[in-house]
This record gives sequence, structure tokens and C-alpha cells, in this order.
Amino acid sequence: MSLEIIELSGLATIQDSGRTGWRRFGVPSSGPMDAFAFHAANKLAGNASSCAAIEIGLGDITLRAKRDCVVAVAGVGYGLSIYVWDFPLWSSYYVRAGWTIRLNKLDSGMWVYLAIAGGVQTQPVLDSVSTNLRGRFGGLDGRQLQAGDLLKSGTPSHSLNELAARTLPESARPIYSDNPVVDFIMGPQEKYFTDESIATFMSQEYSVSTTSDRMGYRLEGAALKHRSKAELISEGMTMGAIQVPSNGQPIVMMADSPTTGGYPKIGTVASADLPLLVQCVPNKSKIRFRETTVANAQKKYRELMSGLDRIVEE
Amino acid sequence: MKPRIVSLGDSAVLVQLGDDIDLTVNQCVHTLANLIKTSAINGIIETVPAYATLLVHYDLFTLSFTQINRILREKLAQIRESESRKPRLVEVPVMYGGELGPDLETVASHLGLRIEDVIRIHSEKIYTVYMMGFTPGYPYMGKLDDALVMPRLETPRTRVPAGTVAIAGSQTGIYSIESPGGWNLIGWTPLKLFDPNSDSPFLFAPGDEVKFVEDES
Repeated sequence: MSLEIIELSGLATIQDSGRTGWRRFGVPSSGPMDAFAFHAANKLAGNASSCAAIEIGLGDITLRAKRDCVVAVAGVGYGLSIYVWDFPLWSSYYVRAGWTIRLNKLDSGMWVYLAIAGGVQTQPVLDSVSTNLRGRFGGLDGRQLQAGDLLKSGTPSHSLNELAARTLPESARPIYSDNPVVDFIMGPQEKYFTDESIATFMSQEYSVSTTSDRMGYRLEGAALKHRSKAELISEGMTMGAIQVPSNGQPIVMMADSPTTGGYPKIGTVASADLPLLVQCVPNKSKIRFRETTVANAQKKYRELMSGLDRIVEE
Repeated sequence: MKPRIVSLGDSAVLVQLGDDIDLTVNQCVHTLANLIKTSAINGIIETVPAYATLLVHYDLFTLSFTQINRILREKLAQIRESESRKPRLVEVPVMYGGELGPDLETVASHLGLRIEDVIRIHSEKIYTVYMMGFTPGYPYMGKLDDALVMPRLETPRTRVPAGTVAIAGSQTGIYSIESPGGWNLIGWTPLKLFDPNSDSPFLFAPGDEVKFVEDES
């Protein structure tokens, strides 16, 4: 079973749940920007959480099914049509051989995930098929997908009829918004910032710069002031870490961000709220940050991910 | 300083063993990383050694902050200088100067040294891979002799070829893939630092020792 890409104007890459075990060598985790939507698409398609799916952002994609298959689509900011019908996201669909699947970009939201029952099959590199664009490995020859690419899928976990027409109810999903309040955990370098700057960060609105990408989201808003130096000796960092360089404009590390960095980190976005942040649209969304504790953030993420068990048959 | 364990978000903790670039502190970081690796603790995903810190990524479905904190306290107590590792020594042939080391002359004149002195001082010492980062396979090595301490370039280059040997501050590094770069480029090695499809994808590992050897061919 396979999908052929007919048209593509966006950034489409193959991603699995991410590359682990190689960060000490400087290899970013990659993987999905919106982990919740990625896992939802996989689960709707009956796939293991380690299966690969297609991540699409910034533009449209049209694919054609070469054989009958089941696809599931989850994410924000896209309209879905299959053959001649429009369908909602967060559901799985039976697609007949020859039918087209079209995802067109809407105004709100950024990233959408298309999973195929059986998962996208390609050669793992460093134990993962996630695409690392900068290092040019993983995915399909280490590059973004393009028209003409043929994506093979594995064996579905159940019959196609059993896997089709499943949906994840809205109540089980994150509350995506153009004006999200995003929880973060303070530190480790909060002492590098003036008290006023900490207060500013938690009270002012920030927007996402158009120069943002899968490596990092640059925020624009009230500048944060460092007490003295704006550099530290490099140390490990993770997706969601909020670095603040000397210009005072925070940068949130994303899936392809380097494994280490040398700017002070005012905090790190809670895992449960990363999906809200990554789906923010440059020059449109207004973000507010709210402090939380590690324990509360962990609880929130466990609760969010347990929502994936609430898939219903239509 | 006394080791500190602080949170970096809800699924990583940073173990701070010092706050500057110091070989003894860095050795402790690698020892701690090895202790954690050999213990194969359920819920610890991976660690990232840096100059004076070890970042520990953990699974929040398996471990709470209290639990990871307790585990790391136990491991910290097991670090003993007597148990210091026997690092691997990697020899790196370098062609200094020329097209692939375009800053060698500027470096020499800035430091008031002859070109051959820069080469001699750079290749004399055995360095330690303090950490890896920036790009896959990029080694941050130190410390350079004080005579070779250079500021970073004012305007970073947009494209530096893989294998380019560079210096900045008290550190030396080798570009592992073609990437932008702001360090002073003094030479080039034919060795491949990163080959994702190889059985051993990385030339270096954190904690390795490195000796540059001038290749005059």
C-alpha cells in the first residue's frame, strides 16, 4: 500500500516519535512539532506510537492512494478533503485506490499529521526515521518530501474496515487557540534576569516571528533584561526551553533545535502546552505565559495523553 | 561548588557540577554520565554531558522529579576521582592553512605569532572533548594554550565545509557537517566526523582525548 504525493506547496517531512539516545553526540531529537496531534493520528490509524507519519506545515499537499488504505489526520490549521468530500480532522477514513487526499492550509494553526494504517515505512537512521533536514538524514533521503515521492506503508494492525471511521472527540484534545495561555516551568537561569523582566514575561503578550521554524520559535514582545551577562557556558537543552539572547527577545527551542545552547533560559514550556505553542501563527497569535510547577506540568501531560484512549467508532 | 540538581521543564533535569570550563569538573560530568549509563535506570532516557553540567532526559510517565532527584543524588555520591576513566585518544591529521584554513594568517598576525608557531602550539597539546553539540558529531575541545585565544568572527560565515578545524576563545572544534560558523578556520582534516549510515556514525565521543597531527602532504 502506498501514497503518492501529487502536489506540495508546504513543508512536508516524515517524522516518528523522535530520535533518542544520540543527543550526547549532538543529534537533535527531531520528531513531531505537535506531539499530541502526531500521536492522535497514529492511534486513529491503529498504529503503534513509534510509527512514522507525515508532518505538513506552511502550505498545501495533495496525495493519491495507490491502493485502498486507511488514513487518519490530526492537527490544526488545515481543511481536509478526500475524493470529492470535505471531512473534519481528528478522524480516520477509508480511502479507495485512485482517490486523492487534499490538505489545504487555513488561517489558524500550523501543523497537521497524516498517518496511514501500517505507518510510513522507510529506512531508520540512528534508530529513527524522523527527518533531520540540517544533517540531511532520516526520512526520505534526509530531505523534505516533494511531488512525485512514493511513500510505502506497513501492514495495518486491523482490517481497514475496523480502522476507518474512528474519531477523537474534541473534549479529549488540547484547547488550541490563537490566544493561548502557555504554562512554563521557571529556570534554570531565572536569576540571570531582573525581577521586572520575570514579571514582564508573565504579564505581557508575545507573538511568533515569521523567522520561526522547526528549530526554534522566535518570540516578539517586551524585551527581557539580563542582570549582567547574557551568556553562559553551553549546556544541554530540550524542546520547549526558552533561551533569551542579549537582544531580550525569547527563542523557544523546537523539535530540530540543537542539543546544547549558551543563552540563559528563563524557563521551559510545559510538555502539555507545547502543542498550543507550536500551533501559534506568526504575526497573528498572541501568547501569554503562566508559571507552573514540575509536578503540575507532569500531571497535566499525563492527563492530556490519556485523552488518546478516548477514540470512538463513528 | 556543591552539585545542584535543577529542573529544565517537566521531563529533564540539569545536574550542575561547576560554572566554568574546567577539566576536573568536566571529568566528573563524564564519570556521572557513565555511572548513569551503566546502571540502565528505568525511566532515564538519555543524558547530555556539557562543560560543567549533565542534562538528564527522563520519562515523566515513569519518574517524578522527587524520584529522579533521589536517583541522581545517589549517583553523585558515587563519583570518586580515583575512578577516573581511561579516555580514548583520537589522532586527527590536519592540513593547516590554505583554502580550507583561510584564517590561519589572520590568526597568526592577530596573536603576533609566526604561522608555524600557531601550528606547533595547536598540535602540541592533547585536548579533551568536553562536550558535543551545535551539529551532529561536533566536538567542543579544550583548553587551548593561552597564546591561541582568539575572539569569534564578527560576522559568521554562512557556509563552512565539514572537516574544517577552527578555534575560538579557549576552545578548538571541527565542523562535522557543512554549516554556518563563527570560529576562526585554521585547517582541514579528511576524517569524517559524522556518517549517519555507518556502523560507527561518530568519530568522537564526549570525554575522548584528541591530538592534532600536522599533515604536510
